[in-house]
Amino acid sequence: MNLLGKLDWNAIPLHEPIIMGATAFMVLVVVAVLGFITMKGAWLYLWREWLTSVDHKRIGVMYCILALVMMLRGFSDAIMMRAQQAVAAGGAQGYLPPEHFDQIFSAHGTIMIFFMAMPFVVGVMNFAVPLQLGIRDVAFPTLNSVSFWLTASGALLINVSLAVGEFSKAGWWGYPPLSELQFSPGVGVDYYLWSLQISGLGTLLAGINFVTTILKMRAPGMGYMRMPVFCWTSLATNLLIVAAFPVLTAVLAMLLLDRYLGFHFFTNDAGGNQMLYANLFWVWGHPEVYILVLPAFGIFSEVIATFSGKPLFGYRSMVAATMTICVLSFLVWLHHFFTMGASANVNGFFGVMSMVIALPTGVKIYNWLFTMYGGRVRFSVPVLWSIGFMVTFVIGGMTGVLQAVPPADFQLHNSVFLIAHFHNVIIGGVVFGLMAGYNYWFPKAFGFALDERWGRASFWCWFIGFYLAFMPLYLVGLMGMTRRLQHYDNPAWQPWLIVAMVGAVVILGGILCQVVQLVVSIRNRETLRVAGDPWDGRTLEWATASPPPAWNFAVQPRVAGRDALWSSKQRALASKDEPPARVYEPIEMPKNSATGFVTAFFAVVIGFAMIWHIWWMAGLGVFGAFLTLLAFAFRRRAEIEVPAEQIARFDRVHQAGAAA
Amino acid sequence: MNISVAIDGVPQEALPSASEAGPASKRIVVAYGFWIFLLSDFVMFAALFASYAVLVHATAGGPTGAQLFNQVTVAIETACLLVSSYTCGLMSLAINSRRYLRTYLAALITFVLGAAFVTLELREFASMIAIGATPERSAFLSAFFTLVGCHGLHVTLGLIWLVVMMVQLAVMGFDATVQRRLLCFSLFWHALDIVWVALFTVVYLMGVSP
Repeated sequence: MNLLGKLDWNAIPLHEPIIMGATAFMVLVVVAVLGFITMKGAWLYLWREWLTSVDHKRIGVMYCILALVMMLRGFSDAIMMRAQQAVAAGGAQGYLPPEHFDQIFSAHGTIMIFFMAMPFVVGVMNFAVPLQLGIRDVAFPTLNSVSFWLTASGALLINVSLAVGEFSKAGWWGYPPLSELQFSPGVGVDYYLWSLQISGLGTLLAGINFVTTILKMRAPGMGYMRMPVFCWTSLATNLLIVAAFPVLTAVLAMLLLDRYLGFHFFTNDAGGNQMLYANLFWVWGHPEVYILVLPAFGIFSEVIATFSGKPLFGYRSMVAATMTICVLSFLVWLHHFFTMGASANVNGFFGVMSMVIALPTGVKIYNWLFTMYGGRVRFSVPVLWSIGFMVTFVIGGMTGVLQAVPPADFQLHNSVFLIAHFHNVIIGGVVFGLMAGYNYWFPKAFGFALDERWGRASFWCWFIGFYLAFMPLYLVGLMGMTRRLQHYDNPAWQPWLIVAMVGAVVILGGILCQVVQLVVSIRNRETLRVAGDPWDGRTLEWATASPPPAWNFAVQPRVAGRDALWSSKQRALASKDEPPARVYEPIEMPKNSATGFVTAFFAVVIGFAMIWHIWWMAGLGVFGAFLTLLAFAFRRRAEIEVPAEQIARFDRVHQAGAAA
Repeated sequence: MNISVAIDGVPQEALPSASEAGPASKRIVVAYGFWIFLLSDFVMFAALFASYAVLVHATAGGPTGAQLFNQVTVAIETACLLVSSYTCGLMSLAINSRRYLRTYLAALITFVLGAAFVTLELREFASMIAIGATPERSAFLSAFFTLVGCHGLHVTLGLIWLVVMMVQLAVMGFDATVQRRLLCFSLFWHALDIVWVALFTVVYLMGVSP
């Protein structure tokens, strides 16, 4: 028996120049970053202040950094695919061999959904929700750190697959029987399964944490109908996570059992049923798209109301629409495979439900438009992203309703028309939303604003690039092009695919502008410095310093109405008297903990060992994780007390700064 | 806490509504969060139940449930688990009145009954595997071993958790943290009973009906 399971030197694809180039680049970047940290002597600082932090704001920032880094990885996959399809027409084979192309589209989807969009969404929620609720931290701060590090472990495993072994060639949803051992004997699908199981566990724990936080931890006076809309959409998203992610865990576990222990859930023989996988996968998968887009809707609601200087139009209908989407999202999954062969009645039901879910979304669009109507709209960068979203998302939504008609879907199923549709809603909805949120909350997180000029440039590149890249796909989709083609022989498609390639390059320009924006902003941070409330905000996160202290609020806020900060600012303007002197009390804060980081280390060990069948190492990993849990359970002190004087000192300095 | 007592003699409007009361106590937050976790666990079991229901007739010419299931063993297993839930309830009462001896005793009985349940289940599995009814035999058996095994795995983890909690109780005493964790443990243990009732019905009772 081999001590290292299936792992040997052949696992490193030395004969593949593109992969080795990418690997070398990745290693160089990692070495450069580690070297930079060592040079600055920042390891201890990093460990104490960030890696072991249980502060929701820092965890949120780390989630967003992970997401942005993974976006670069996912985007490189995207632009490689566009380049391949722009050239591989007629007899040409392009530059990517089929087995590499298959890995690229699988990795692109997996990374963009699980390791770009998810961490970004969870990161923004982590940062903003407790501040908006007027509380000091989430319900379970250490668990929050565990969630983040488990997500990071999954991301790490996926990146390791580039250098050691291979990634899945079975698409981002890994349909059996292709993903079964019989047809995918390599480690690619195992990398896919283990990285998703580990990060999925992290996401589930984050969902539990946030549902509890939002339902049980709001500031005094903040009744449900006084919560900011972003908190409502976050509540809906986390309810969906709690209800949907366990199904993903179950279905991936079944596929793992098939692959590791010879079970027959989805195999061709012994009674396995592949459509069971498709159903279970999309029972998770369709709520997942709302898990991603609902927080984006919340961000737009905050941005539009703030920059229009008006309360959100139709708050109640916005809440109702959010919760309606939350429920309906579980009743549409079958539209991902109308071609399965269910009866006309079944297809009809799911078709109608898919159309119905567009109604609450329409309500939201009108609410945003009416909020802007009659307001003094300031067209800063977050507003540009929001308006770009409204235009783009309506188009994407309509092509979605089109495909909700089963007979139409029979034509469009698996075509690039579908690709154009879901990129239209995910880029136009989720990515634009996250970019709006990034520009909106960045000053709160770091105390200085992002550069406006480069922000605008980045928006326009993304916006124009998106249309150039995906509108042609609608056309070639209608012309009959199916998805995932490594090459094709219809020359009529090629001009459109070249346009799409140009679009991807323009989006690359947008990404570069964002990098420049960040660098320029950091360099000019002294001139871009802001106080607590740079946008004339409406919600509680703007009531504290930028960046907020670890304890968020020096004095527990009391909420008397919707738009808590806005109404208190109005009251302060109306009354002539001096505000009453603030009374400071000591605050209990959760202690930093290495539990999350150490657990994640063992999770990587377990995942890697299982992928390569190194059973003894997997056992050690499980044992290590158990010991970590015990160490956490037996620790003596979970909290430290921040003395009142320290809070008072910070608050006085901050208030003096805000007045100046 | 009894809310109706707080309302006595005070007009309804004078009280802040429950949703505006501010952050809940730690005990409530922890138990609530653990309930949400249990709900997610139920959802996972729901997926396994659904798969079992889809694959129950996919026996691929192999043995069916009616040929394999021994209802006497399953009845004893069920009795063990249900009684252990009762003793777990007794343990909660002992914890509320902070009596060490009663707590340890109730925990011991709960542990023994839980261990008996797992042992009987493993014997059932072993006897099935011995006659060739392995999970590799058919999709039905794959689904059966996964669903029942997943519940058994939960019970096993619960047993380990119970041991750890008793050690914690011995080391740290009736500390607020320990009490909250014991509360979560009892929620977990009762939840496993609920799953078992569904499992007993769907797998073992419906499985042998013609």
